[in-house]
Amino acid sequence: MAELRYVRALNQALSDAMAEDPSVIVFGEDIAAAGGPFGVTRGLLEAYGEDRVRDTPISEATIVGAAVGAAMTGLKPVVEIMFMDFVAIAMDAIVNQAAKARFMFGGQGSVPMVVRLPHGGGVSAGPQHSQCLEAWFAHIPGLKVVCPASVADAYGLMRAAIDDPDPVIMVENKALYARKEDVPDDLPAVEIGKARIARPGRDATIVTYGAALYTALEAADTLAGEGVEVEVIDLRSLQPWDEAAVLESLSRTHRLVVAHEAVEAFGIGAEIAARMADIGFDELDGPIIRVGAPFMPVPFAKTLEQGYLPDAGRVADAVRKTLA
Amino acid sequence: MPSSSAISPSKARPGARKGSNTPEALLALYRQMLLIRRTEERLSQLFADGEVPGFIHLSIGQEAIAAGLGSVLERKDTIASTHRGHGHALAKGVDLNGFFQEVMGRETGVCKGRGGSMHVADMSAGMLGANGIVGAGMPIAVGSALAHQVRKTGGVGVVFFGDGALAEGVLHESLNLSALWKLPVLFVCENNGWSEFSPTSKQFVAPLGKLADAFGIPAETIDGNDVEIVADTAGRLVSEIRKGGGPRVLECITQRVRGHYEGDAQKYRDPAELKDRDKIDPLPRAASRLSVLGVSDAVLAALETEIMAEIDAATEAARAAPLPEFVAAQADVYTPAGV
Ligand SMILES: Cc1ncc(C[n+]2csc(CCOP(=O)(O)OP(=O)(O)O)c2C)c(N)n1
Ligand SMILES: [Mg+2]
Repeated sequence: MAELRYVRALNQALSDAMAEDPSVIVFGEDIAAAGGPFGVTRGLLEAYGEDRVRDTPISEATIVGAAVGAAMTGLKPVVEIMFMDFVAIAMDAIVNQAAKARFMFGGQGSVPMVVRLPHGGGVSAGPQHSQCLEAWFAHIPGLKVVCPASVADAYGLMRAAIDDPDPVIMVENKALYARKEDVPDDLPAVEIGKARIARPGRDATIVTYGAALYTALEAADTLAGEGVEVEVIDLRSLQPWDEAAVLESLSRTHRLVVAHEAVEAFGIGAEIAARMADIGFDELDGPIIRVGAPFMPVPFAKTLEQGYLPDAGRVADAVRKTLA
Repeated sequence: MPSSSAISPSKARPGARKGSNTPEALLALYRQMLLIRRTEERLSQLFADGEVPGFIHLSIGQEAIAAGLGSVLERKDTIASTHRGHGHALAKGVDLNGFFQEVMGRETGVCKGRGGSMHVADMSAGMLGANGIVGAGMPIAVGSALAHQVRKTGGVGVVFFGDGALAEGVLHESLNLSALWKLPVLFVCENNGWSEFSPTSKQFVAPLGKLADAFGIPAETIDGNDVEIVADTAGRLVSEIRKGGGPRVLECITQRVRGHYEGDAQKYRDPAELKDRDKIDPLPRAASRLSVLGVSDAVLAALETEIMAEIDAATEAARAAPLPEFVAAQADVYTPAGV
């Protein structure tokens, strides 16, 4: 066991993958010489050289587009878009090219690439540097989407994403980079599509992912003080998501809350709620309640952003409501 | 501006400049630069003290470009700016109080505290916004130029962008469209040698002038730290554009003095780069020109006092201003019915 930061776990995963497989290359804005704006790629240039670790100009459309081309022709690129918000510039490469190439070309090949997207608010970074846009990608057939919350999963999902033959969107919450956890020395890859029970409970299920996991766990603590035992499920993968695990938990607790930092309307939670209302209908003893950000851009001022971000109080209220 | 040689430290107003070589005109430019410099120094302090949330990018050392352009633009002209846009906003006539209140996250800020430093905008002043997205201002300025053309306002659109933005696809698309449609737009590249932690030499290979040439757009590269050169050149280009000459490109060579953002330790940068700063800093350079033109130190000292008083007052007003309320902001995402 050793203490490891989330950011170091990602770094280690990149490094291990690069050491094992010379086709893995990494590029993005300020990721090589400067080690990345959040330090995720620190040391890779020194370890693996300029050929495989490249600083790019500020050209998001071409960064991701070039990753698609490289992935079609023998490399396994891992590219970084500095803030998830900037991926809007690269959407064509992801949505119309990477996601469709395998299907559209009759399965001639796949596009083994990873696009790393730091998301999330909380530091007054304002409307264009704080968004959680993962639902965009989960909506696109051909893409996989993962969002690790724990340090071990940061490592394990990065490894799995790089190994995956299809394009994977790796969503990293900026607020988690500094997070520390004790983890085993030899971290395994984590299968994409598998959720994890982060806290067992019998009275209600909260399904969540990313930084909202910790909000949900805080809510579960509060509720435990009221005699309510909440099960918290960390989805880890959003596309595909672990429908079976959620259904299994629901069949024990009969109450469901879905919580995420992203805007609630048309979000990941909407899909989970709709599926469970369908396949889990007989298990439900209360309404499925979603907790997410309000339908507005992420505001700058502290007072506004505090009001914006879903907190443990709102998650606990949602659980109380479905139990009422 | 009075046309006599009487020197009074009157405020630089957009459009007020008559000719760069009169002491009055240069003093007005100097005043504008000094206001930007002292404002950003104050912001740096407020940021360090936790009074400015988020992150801020300072244009210290680059003020001549904002001041020079601001001096030749009229209120009806429109500008689109960058993440390093404080100077552009002030030089375009955004109110200092509304500016401070925005950057400090107050309800009374120009954007009601919803945008902050990276999103300062004031439509009434023709300031279409600082921008958190590199390159995003270019097509916006092109679009505003289209509006000037279609609505026959006689106005021009101006976009400020950094050397880093040259690598974004929208630059090429914007140059092409504006040339194709002969739009009244000026592309102002603030080439400060850096894109975040990377030197320009590692970011972009085509000289901007040649690029513009490929689209048939006249381009000039100038010393962006000489405010007189900036004002003269900008004045000439803007008047050509106003007369229907189509787009122009102006590359201003300058220097980023601070880190990319406040708090950036700049480990990637050789400190020697900033050694002879006084020789290139636009403020001392303009000050020594003023002295040659017979403006006394006392006048400059009085200007300094006056500007600091304005900034102190703006800081205090922002501190005292109310914080924005969430419920009201949430209710304001769409235009209310009947508006
Ligand atoms: C589309 C997009 N990509 C990346 C960034 C992150 N970023 C902000 S400023 C910057 C460097 C910009 O350099 P330059 O255009 O030269 O402007 P300067 O900071 O030097 O004024 C980068 C990469 C961003 N804000 N938007
Ligand atoms: Mg630059």
